[in-house]
Amino acid sequence: MAQAAAHTDTQQHPIRLYLVVWLWLFILSACSYLVDYFGLVGYLRWSLILLFMMLKAGLIVAVFMHMAWERLALTYAILVPPLVLMVFVGIMVLESNYTLFSRLAFFVAGS
Amino acid sequence: MNEAAPSTLNTKVGQAPGWRGMVADWSSDQQAFKNVSWGKAMMWVFLLSDTFIFGTFLISYMTVRMSTTVPWPNPSEVFALEIAGHHLPLILIAIMTFVLISSSGTMAMAVNFGYRRDRRKTAILMLLTALLGAAFVGMQAFEWSKLIAEGVRPWGNPWGAEQFGSSFFMITGFHGTHVTIGVIFLIIIARKVWRGDFDDGRRGFFTSRKGRYEVVEITGLYWHFVDLVWVFIFALFYLW
Repeated sequence: MAQAAAHTDTQQHPIRLYLVVWLWLFILSACSYLVDYFGLVGYLRWSLILLFMMLKAGLIVAVFMHMAWERLALTYAILVPPLVLMVFVGIMVLESNYTLFSRLAFFVAGS
Repeated sequence: MNEAAPSTLNTKVGQAPGWRGMVADWSSDQQAFKNVSWGKAMMWVFLLSDTFIFGTFLISYMTVRMSTTVPWPNPSEVFALEIAGHHLPLILIAIMTFVLISSSGTMAMAVNFGYRRDRRKTAILMLLTALLGAAFVGMQAFEWSKLIAEGVRPWGNPWGAEQFGSSFFMITGFHGTHVTIGVIFLIIIARKVWRGDFDDGRRGFFTSRKGRYEVVEITGLYWHFVDLVWVFIFALFYLW
């Protein structure tokens, strides 16, 4: 069972670890729902939503997907490329602001 | 697969810590991902590509939402439901979120029991995961019918910016498709686990190869990814 031996590091975790992470995911989801329920607005709302989102995503990837126990070669190969999406977001924010400016300046006046 | 597995895959490869170890892995001969089977590595690469697909969907949603001069419909109100006389904002989406997170929890435990060779518990937990996934798709179908009945179309809706409909149907539709495929995938693998395919070395119908319990973890990776995408959709589409 050489194959099994290669994965001994992934079968050591007690079930309790998964239950704790599960509980935290529930709490964080409940918190993000409450943000909407209490109608928080502005920067407080956005920062809380993004915070809870990143915490949940981190827990799922690190524990449920076992990324915390993978070798760094794989971890970096998978987690670094999505960071370029942040650059894409930046580019599209500039583009949307320009589009919005053009629409407001040239098209909205008549409607 | 067992007989063909290269010996480097199985022997404990020495692991230099940190950055130095990663450079050593990447610059080594033949195989960059030591101790990671091809199946798992390929699932991760697929998930990475899927990340870019959902990433571009969410970015295009951000772009149309930021650039429209018409007010965006308030998702909190659009997805509100009347339950027992109470007006609850976004309640269905919250329930869907909890259902999907629960399915991720049961999946994580299925993977754990898979590595402990506990056939029964693994199969039951995988089927429970599939059931929760199916419930999620069912609620999504309800949500879609409700919105369509209220007049939401990809080209317009009664409450504001027309792009709301197209973004909604595109993003949640693609995600729902992923969940559906995941449910089918889970049922197939759960059946194999239940039958003991990975214990008695029965060859697969399609690949004619012997499977391993690792496929439970690979299925789990896909399933957790579906949950992960929902985390982003929930935050960026429904709560923003």
